Amino acid sequence: MKKLLSIALALVLALSLCSPAMAAETIQVAAIETAYGSEIWTKVAEAFTAQTGIAVDLITDKNLEDVIGPAMQGGEFPDVIHLATGRPAGLTEQFIKDNNMAEITDVLSMTVPGEDKLVSEKIAGGFTDTSLTNPYNDGKTYMAPMFYSPCGLFYNAGLFEEKGWTVPATWDEMWALGETAKAEGIYLFTYPTAGYFDAFLYALMYSVGGTEFFEAATHYEEGIWDTEEAKTCFEIIGKLASYTNPITPAQANNQDFTQNQQLVLDNKALFMPNGTWIVGEMAEAPRAEGFKWGMTALPAVEEGGAGYSYTWFEQAWIPAGAVNQDAAKQFIAFLYSDVACEIFASAGAIQPVLGIADKLEGDNVMFYSIYDHGAKAAMGNFAAFNAIPGIELSPVFFEPVNSLVAGELTVEQWLENIKAASDQMRANLK
Amino acid sequence: MKKTIGRKGFIFLCVAPAVILFLVFMVLPTLNVFRMSLYQRGAYSPTETFVGLSNFTQLFQDAQFVRSMQNTILLVVVVTIITFAFALVFAGILTREKIKGQNFFRIVFYIPNILSIVVISGIFSAIYKPENGMLNSIIGLFRDMTDPILWKGERLVMVSIVIAMVWQAIGYYMVMYMASMSAVPGSIYESADLDGAGRMRQFFQITIPLIWTNIRTTLTFFIISTINMAFLFVKAMTSGGPNGASEVVLGYAE
Repeated sequence: MKKLLSIALALVLALSLCSPAMAAETIQVAAIETAYGSEIWTKVAEAFTAQTGIAVDLITDKNLEDVIGPAMQGGEFPDVIHLATGRPAGLTEQFIKDNNMAEITDVLSMTVPGEDKLVSEKIAGGFTDTSLTNPYNDGKTYMAPMFYSPCGLFYNAGLFEEKGWTVPATWDEMWALGETAKAEGIYLFTYPTAGYFDAFLYALMYSVGGTEFFEAATHYEEGIWDTEEAKTCFEIIGKLASYTNPITPAQANNQDFTQNQQLVLDNKALFMPNGTWIVGEMAEAPRAEGFKWGMTALPAVEEGGAGYSYTWFEQAWIPAGAVNQDAAKQFIAFLYSDVACEIFASAGAIQPVLGIADKLEGDNVMFYSIYDHGAKAAMGNFAAFNAIPGIELSPVFFEPVNSLVAGELTVEQWLENIKAASDQMRANLK
Repeated sequence: MKKTIGRKGFIFLCVAPAVILFLVFMVLPTLNVFRMSLYQRGAYSPTETFVGLSNFTQLFQDAQFVRSMQNTILLVVVVTIITFAFALVFAGILTREKIKGQNFFRIVFYIPNILSIVVISGIFSAIYKPENGMLNSIIGLFRDMTDPILWKGERLVMVSIVIAMVWQAIGYYMVMYMASMSAVPGSIYESADLDGAGRMRQFFQITIPLIWTNIRTTLTFFIISTINMAFLFVKAMTSGGPNGASEVVLGYAE
């Protein structure tokens, strides 16, 4: 009897040890904290747990790479990571290059938890067709599109009204305005950091050569940088550099970039490429009297041509090494639920779902209606290539703009460097 | 016989923990670093392929790496020379001369050392601001400032970093030199005075030779700390920009 009792007790003890693991599944979600704050993630995680019973262990940080990086190097991966491409640390790009992401094509045909619609029925058209979600161009989705924002040229609409200027529709009008503004002591252009040239260059490539040129250029096609379209693109950038406020490059770093944004608020530069988050980012900053945010698409190259606005969006994905992949997929599906979209929208983070326009408020109504006013949407990015030591996208395509404005580099030299790097990228295409 | 084995065994047992720890935490990681340098792998991927020395050949062909190496060497050499000269002179003045507010100056020179690098970078970023920064405002009194000097622009960015680093480091080395200078017996200076040696002569022929061991030690410190500090300053002031003009070796990987 005593023996039986002790065995029973031992069993109870053993069971109680493993019970926490059995009781409820827990997924670890790591999300970057950006201008939208981290509270939205806490709320969405709570809503997800309430809906599915799956607990969420949430990590949010402004320098997410530094927080989750070391554990991942040791082989422990979060189940869901919300971190966009194009960050200086390039963690997401690293995962793409290493084929280290779990495929999530099947998430598109999953039902959104708590609703009866499929995920694919909720996501707006085009968002799951680009290399930003299907990095290998094989029709398979690896990253879920999140928080989209039209990017364009931001300006002080109040100043334009005061001076009676019209927003240029073509680059020729842009240069004319540049001269007019110069006479008043205002520079035509500035940019926060060279990194903001990604959205700018993508939209410019679309407006110069349309989808065809964009696809060819972003896949580093042979001879593409010798075409007329490429020359036009870089002529425009070169000319724009000569109209750029010369103090821009000295402040175009992660510490001082708000000083460049301040140039627009202070009427020292007319336009800057940016995204809708700028309004929140500079909310506390002092500004010129009568300042009013305005946003326009990139001007057309020819009279009557289309202006383009790049649609920037972030990505959420599942590392291939994640343990709870099924629960992670449910979490991603849940990000498109009405509940989650509303929580995100409350902080200004707009999910790329159909019918989101009704949830917009304030300046966002104007920003997000840019595509209703004739501007075409530009989407996509440079194709992924196998890691080439010493060659990264940003130092080749975006960073040199700093040297161009400073007069340390000519457009021709830059193009030569691009050609050399582009050849290597083509040879290592995924 | 048995006794000697026991004694050796005892010594072996005493030394073993330290040796094992040293092997596991120092020797192994060091060897592993060299092994890893022969493989190609992503930071988060479990797969790796052996590539021999190709990582090194690619590294030295990369213009950006060469540039960051040049920047690092430039900083180590220039910052060391300037800081060394200033620290030595200030230390000499503060220990040998009787000036008003001696303690005040000691504190003022040492304060940068207890500030965090991020704070110093913030201070200097404000000083270097093109439009209303302190430096350009002062220069603006003497020349036209419609075309402001870009302290953090491509041409001057390294100079700006050198100035900030020197300002930060002077106090520390000054205190080190002062400590050894005050150990030099005053009688030597007295007899030199009687022999008619001037202040400069005393400094170069008495002070410097007598604190030479100390100077040699600090030169080692200079090299080690400048390599580390350069990374911190660059990271916090320019993130290596504009267009990689201020990148240093420790930050190159990013």
